[in-house]
Amino acid sequence: MSDILALAPRFGSNSGQSLTRRDGVAKVTGTATFAADNHPDGLLYAVYVPATIARGTVTHLDVAAAKAHPGVVEVITPENRPPLAGDPDSKPFMFAFRFEALQNNTVRYANQPIALVLAETFEAATEGARLLNPLYDAQQPRMGLDGDAPFTPESGGLGLPGTTVHGDIDAGHAASAQDIDVTYETPEQYHNAMETHAVVAQWNGDHVTLDIPSQAIVMQRGAFGYYFGIPPENVTIRSPYLGGGFGSKAIINGPQILAILAARMTGRPVKLMLSRDQMFGPSGHRGATRQRLRIGIDTDHRMTVLDHNSLATTSTFDTFVESAANASQGLYAAGALRSAHQGVRIDAGTPGPVRAPGEAPGSAALECAMDEMAYKAGIDPLEFRLKNYAETEPGTGKPYSSKALRDCYAQGAARFGWAGRPLAPRQMTDENGMLVGWGMGTALFAAPMFAAQARAVLRPDGTGLVETAASDMGQGAWTALAQIAADSLGLPMDRIEFRSGTSDLPDAGIAGGSAHTATAGGALHAAGTDAIRRLAELATGDPDSPLYGAGNAGVIARDGRLHARDDDTRSESFADIITRAGGAEVEGKGSASRTAEASAAHAMYSHGAVFAEVKVDPDLFQIRVTRLVGAFAAGRIINPKLTESQLMGGMIWGISFALHEEARFDQRTGRIMNADLAGYHIPVNADVSGLEVITVHEDDPHVNPLGIKGVGEIGITGTVGAIGNAIWHATGTRVRHFPIRIPDLLTGA
Amino acid sequence: MNLFDYLRPASVSDAIAAWQPGAAYLGGGTNLVDLMKTGALQPGKVIDIARLPGLDRIESLPDGGTRIGALVKNSVLAGDPDFAAAFPMIAEALASGASGQLRNAATLGGNLMQRTRCVYFQDPHSACNRRESGNGCGALGGDTQNHAVLGWNDACIATNPSDLCVPLAALDAVVETQGPNGRRDIAFADFHRLPGDTPERETALEPGELILAVRLSSNAAASYQNSRYLKLRERTSFAFALVSAAAALQLKDGRITEARLAIGGVAAKPWRVPAAEALMLGQPPDTDLFRRAAAVALEDATPSGNNGYKIDLARRIAARSLALAAAGTPTRMPALPASVFGESAHV
Repeated sequence: MSDILALAPRFGSNSGQSLTRRDGVAKVTGTATFAADNHPDGLLYAVYVPATIARGTVTHLDVAAAKAHPGVVEVITPENRPPLAGDPDSKPFMFAFRFEALQNNTVRYANQPIALVLAETFEAATEGARLLNPLYDAQQPRMGLDGDAPFTPESGGLGLPGTTVHGDIDAGHAASAQDIDVTYETPEQYHNAMETHAVVAQWNGDHVTLDIPSQAIVMQRGAFGYYFGIPPENVTIRSPYLGGGFGSKAIINGPQILAILAARMTGRPVKLMLSRDQMFGPSGHRGATRQRLRIGIDTDHRMTVLDHNSLATTSTFDTFVESAANASQGLYAAGALRSAHQGVRIDAGTPGPVRAPGEAPGSAALECAMDEMAYKAGIDPLEFRLKNYAETEPGTGKPYSSKALRDCYAQGAARFGWAGRPLAPRQMTDENGMLVGWGMGTALFAAPMFAAQARAVLRPDGTGLVETAASDMGQGAWTALAQIAADSLGLPMDRIEFRSGTSDLPDAGIAGGSAHTATAGGALHAAGTDAIRRLAELATGDPDSPLYGAGNAGVIARDGRLHARDDDTRSESFADIITRAGGAEVEGKGSASRTAEASAAHAMYSHGAVFAEVKVDPDLFQIRVTRLVGAFAAGRIINPKLTESQLMGGMIWGISFALHEEARFDQRTGRIMNADLAGYHIPVNADVSGLEVITVHEDDPHVNPLGIKGVGEIGITGTVGAIGNAIWHATGTRVRHFPIRIPDLLTGA
Repeated sequence: MNLFDYLRPASVSDAIAAWQPGAAYLGGGTNLVDLMKTGALQPGKVIDIARLPGLDRIESLPDGGTRIGALVKNSVLAGDPDFAAAFPMIAEALASGASGQLRNAATLGGNLMQRTRCVYFQDPHSACNRRESGNGCGALGGDTQNHAVLGWNDACIATNPSDLCVPLAALDAVVETQGPNGRRDIAFADFHRLPGDTPERETALEPGELILAVRLSSNAAASYQNSRYLKLRERTSFAFALVSAAAALQLKDGRITEARLAIGGVAAKPWRVPAAEALMLGQPPDTDLFRRAAAVALEDATPSGNNGYKIDLARRIAARSLALAAAGTPTRMPALPASVFGESAHV
């Protein structure tokens, strides 16, 4: 490893530049091919029939009426559904969640598939689905956080958070001079990526090709192979572009499995794309949470205890409990620290990872509770956080791999103008008489790494080819990863070809956990470096090369040439080296992952500080976020423009969480009554004004060879709490649930 | 969606002749098409009137009034300088509605005919007396945060979602129609119906009757210097009002000589209370007076579910819109139309 690092080509000629996303023009002109844009010959359209009850059984489907509709080709129900090799109710691998693929006539939640209609046109399939006119034996659904008795999940996997305790909780409570005991609630939220889930499936013998948006392109080969009884290599996944994923496109869902099954059953390609309302059911969501936070402080305002307990909704048939209380791990230097989780089983679909899973609702509650504690103690909320600044990871005592959070606080506060903020609420108004409030929150997100491989090839013409099966969900992987790859080869961007987004390439790992650039980028860097090492061997071992005898470690790659490290005039182009060596391509391979030792040695997080200003009408209580400043430290920044974009997107998601997003269930039927974008609100441009992102310089020698942390999710954390705190500061009304809406403030008036 | 016949008649009379029970007129399509896609509405015949000649004009009438053709697009009407100068609160209401793309497609007549956004009406799997008489009301006892607090009964608790209709009601617009029985005028107050015993009948239109135009009198323009439409919503744009209010005043020598107030988002039609308006006549404009007028306007309000907040909120926005009207119409369209935020939103 150290040899390769020493050999590393000059890094930064492409990385660090604010390149415009390479897929941007294709996307805005409509030429980028998303999954549902594929229309192979003989295509059948599939529409799934969503259950309109949340609990019970389907007693009748009018299959004859649907089949009689012109254009309808087949109707698949539990009666005639061909067998699957893998049981949809099994959990054979880590990212497997139980799903509905017509294994029986039971309804476990509203909008689950109860039939699939295939037709020659989308319209015919849609009408066929309507004509099935299902009858049910419905039971009263269990709804909400009080819908059933809480249970404690078995810990140890995705969506299975346990209880983490550091220190003596009772002693921490006993030692407090002042304390708070507050409970916050957050609602069910749905991913709602702009591109709804889709698949175009084509079978050729026992090989299937899937055009499908995927956040885990290579990993999902094995998953699909499991359910269809074919080896992973018989599954080709093509996922060049995703219109957002937010966690939902790493998990297999029932409608997609049914469409693939239908393609095999009919011997024709089948396309299925969920309608917007169908996104509110079978493809995961964020469960509701009720979080109790107890904080104690001593007379010096140091936290003696941070005790965070979260109850979250999950389904009746599988377990994914939002790990909200874990947001209190890793951040503040409390003497005793507890994060505990419970779940409650209700008649809704199984939740899943949604952008900043656990962290988003957990941070919202934690940062508001911190604000409440600071106010009770009579000190500034930022000062309170600095007072409890963790120099090492709380509880574990591990050193941070890097932590520029103090700089984030300082730069964010300075840019925002935090100094001089009155401690008491309802002290500030603007020239129009609007109540003005300022709030802040700390942002935190872990910096994990998964495992990835990549390949890099230097061609005889001096250009490079690099490849890894990465997923570009809109975050800019096509661009940022290519920048890393180009640097690893010492080539300008226009002289490398970057292949990505299909499963026949080396595994880039899952695009999640804010770890994709670090993971896939790390593999690309290693592969490029390996190729350059091999090229250097050719040159330095060839008496005809000006670099002969320079030694592998003595050359550096730059702009398509190898240069002697100690004599810049000695150099030769990649093309000349390869041509003279016989013209064979030079191939490098690389991988990236984090060793257990590295994980044990350091605590690794991205950090940030978010400052919010809101204005609230004193009589009508309409709320407007007028300024948001976020300062983030996330290691090496590969592309400042894309990074800023990601952080901004996260902060806007924070506005959405704080003020808008909520699935509204009819408690009688268990159905979501605002299951479209007209009713499930997210912010529009007019809701986002004065948003500033600062990236704080941070060198991290430990997190990975390139020093990259993630920026995909951290923008949400901190922001929600900052807005909630600003609303309190403006109005004096502390609303302890999200979203915060006009009626909440009106009631407090 | 279901199979349907699609016609594009060449004239108003052809359109009316083509109408039959189960048919629907299609204007901008911003509402009907959505409801057809979900299956909430399944017309057997769609009569596309969007290209009918002669219905897309804004005309000044000899008596000083204004006549707006039914096919005038929302964005065209809001952006017409003469119209906006004469009826600033109508322009502001239009500009505050939907999104730019929808305003470019939506028509005046379609705006009057748009259906409630009651989610139980929009959802074909919920009971709804509006969609089908005698079907029952799925909203009652359900998620009712956006539902009516005035004029409702157990048969229907839906509200009219239109922004445009609120100032049109306040200004006593007249709806010109043509139907199988010829042409007629309908006073705006009579155009939208409360549910009563026939919640499925949302307007005064007879089967097959088509809106040709909306007329506004010269007196309606007389309050142009003191009128305002305000809309409360949690998202700054592209959201229906929780509650809204249109207020127009005529002032002489420091006293109110005419007062008009209509409230949106509270009932199946824009809500006007003559007693609330009468209370202001002859009085100097004053915050307390406006509060009292607003209180009278909401006097009969009762929650139809978990929407009691609307009563208080409607009172407050009614009083605010009156106060802003008294302070004077903004000299130009606010950057955030009908919003309580911005330089034109304060008194």
